[in-house]
Amino acid sequence: MATETVSENGQANGAREVATICGFCGVGCGLTLKVDDGVIQKVTGEKENPSSKGEACIKGREGWRHLYSEKRLTTPLVRKDGELVPASWDEALDLVASKMGEIKEEHGPYAFGTFSSSRSTNELNYLAGKFVRQVLGNSNIDSCNRA
Amino acid sequence: MATFGAGGATTSYEEFENTDLIICWGSNTMECHPIIYNHMRRGIKNGAKMVVIDPRKIDQVKKADKWLGLNVGTDICLANAMGHVIIEEDLYNKEFVERATKGFEAYKEKVAGYTPEYAEQITGIPADEIREVARMYATADKATLNWTLGITEHHNGADGVFALIDLGLLTGHVGKYGSGLNPLRGQNNVQGGGDMGALPDKNVGGWRWDDPEAHTLFEDVWGTPLPAHEGLNQPEMMDAVSNGEIRCMYVIGENPVQSDADEHKHEKLFGSLDFLVVQDILMTKTARMADVVLPAAASWAETDGTVINSERRVQRVRRAVDPPGEARDDIMILRDIANRMGHDWDFETAEEVWDEVRRLAPKFSGISYERLERYGGIQWPCLDGSFEEISDNTPKEQLMASTKGAENAEGGSLTADVVEKEGPGTMFLHEELWAEEVDNRVPFTPVDHEGPVEMPDEEYPFQLTTGRRLAFHNTGTMTQDYKKVKDNEELLEICEDDAAEYGIEEGDFVQVSSRRGTVEAVKARVTDRVRPGLLFMGYSFPDQVPTNVLTINAVDPQSGTAELKACAVTIEKA
Repeated sequence: MATETVSENGQANGAREVATICGFCGVGCGLTLKVDDGVIQKVTGEKENPSSKGEACIKGREGWRHLYSEKRLTTPLVRKDGELVPASWDEALDLVASKMGEIKEEHGPYAFGTFSSSRSTNELNYLAGKFVRQVLGNSNIDSCNRA
Repeated sequence: MATFGAGGATTSYEEFENTDLIICWGSNTMECHPIIYNHMRRGIKNGAKMVVIDPRKIDQVKKADKWLGLNVGTDICLANAMGHVIIEEDLYNKEFVERATKGFEAYKEKVAGYTPEYAEQITGIPADEIREVARMYATADKATLNWTLGITEHHNGADGVFALIDLGLLTGHVGKYGSGLNPLRGQNNVQGGGDMGALPDKNVGGWRWDDPEAHTLFEDVWGTPLPAHEGLNQPEMMDAVSNGEIRCMYVIGENPVQSDADEHKHEKLFGSLDFLVVQDILMTKTARMADVVLPAAASWAETDGTVINSERRVQRVRRAVDPPGEARDDIMILRDIANRMGHDWDFETAEEVWDEVRRLAPKFSGISYERLERYGGIQWPCLDGSFEEISDNTPKEQLMASTKGAENAEGGSLTADVVEKEGPGTMFLHEELWAEEVDNRVPFTPVDHEGPVEMPDEEYPFQLTTGRRLAFHNTGTMTQDYKKVKDNEELLEICEDDAAEYGIEEGDFVQVSSRRGTVEAVKARVTDRVRPGLLFMGYSFPDQVPTNVLTINAVDPQSGTAELKACAVTIEKA
């Protein structure tokens, strides 16, 4: 591994390798991300991973390019006069919280449904379940993890 | 896998390399789970036989000893006929059936009507081939039975899974190294999503919504009571949107308008909401309909956290790069909404969230970030001794998981020492079924065959089945940016005879219509992978070819999954 420097916001710069798990199918192959100046350069199978032992398919090796897709969302959007327009996080989150609060007030806790993502982490899925049950007060949560 | 309580593949990948028979049933493993397939290929090299059961002559068939190209949606009939043969020829594992199962007589009675000759008429597989594969499975020393959405994406998908599990019970091919029953997961964290309680009837750790013990535990950890009602699953939520009961949807990392059956209907429903929040990494069709769109970080490269794979291994994802622009980690977005709505979620890291999970879910209690670092991944269950009140069986038994108390009592008096000694968790599940005394016998769940809801007729003479292809993923949001990949577009697989009859040649564009919608143009691939009357399409290029405008929203009430694998269509040259 090359030397790395740490910038003001705590992010490492310079060339380095990071071990993670592929974001596509349920095999869960270990990947090594080769990162330079905060940008992925190359992805290979991680040799130490006990499930995949260094192997990775085309999705794992090449699929990372979607991280740099033009379709990535880079700012919160809120609908104004029928159009989705950029907004600050505070504006977007305040709007979500106040609208959800209003709907709960008016229609009760069962007026909500939540889909969680089987592409995201355990921590997200756990918190989505907690959000639905604790904050919204229902159990209407599902994702494509029933099959 | 409701039969066993905890849902998860019972074997580990390495067992594919040390088994005698690998059955891939409704699973295009080579294209959809290529690295699991590599393990299987090494198994074949080591002498294992492979049986492929799939309506299409997929590439994997070339490597198989046997291919059963059954009619779409006749899997239960085939499984029951195999059970019929195994019982009739006295090949079932009597010792296992007597000691570890219950309900055998009812199963025997059910499959009595499924003679191979009857099944031949339904499935299209010659009776003798059914007999041969039944014998192969029953007489193998070690055998794994593996399935994916070819079994579950039907209106009676849960029954399909039961029919396969029944075969495993009948032959005793479960709970031993090299033998098991494996649902292979489609997305990177399908396993984790379910294990974490992103389900309407189960909380994290598999606690059922109505379990009084869970209510006490959660109130203790969360400081608030759990809702006293079971929730709605995905299709039920759509019904509730339709009748106005649900006014607001919060969609995190899914694209239901394009991924679910009957796209037109879903588009209308999402359009009717008072408020739609979509949180995703990419602009999707669903996001374009939202009132608020929240930009998320990609979990596997831009955040810290854990995921769980198809061998129940909890693994760490790590933040390697920053998300673009102002995109943020999902968990921080949720935290900030919860706090704006009057709660006090005060974590700063994913590890703190995971430690809360460990307090609620016995099977993860021994899996700390620190131990994940040490072992490079740990297979659940893995206990730490903090749930000793639940059970008094031996540490060894608990480490091997169990059907004891089904969903919620996998804990036990494990000491930290035992966990340390065993290292990376539990390799295979249900070894306890081979103990001298089996406390909780596994039930057979006899089920009947029922064909697809919509069969071809005069007006719509073809059967369409759908699936994923090697390089592409689901609604394509993550896989349309390859530089150079073969067949980087949607294709309609059609056999030579059918193509000739409609004047279609390789590369021609074809219009495909069902009762629900029309795909204006999809490129024909003339191939012997499909038989006369059967067509196949992927669904990874929905902006050009919206396959799911064709599919039928016939939902299995048990599993909440739609019959994406079978509908009736008609074609003409575009």
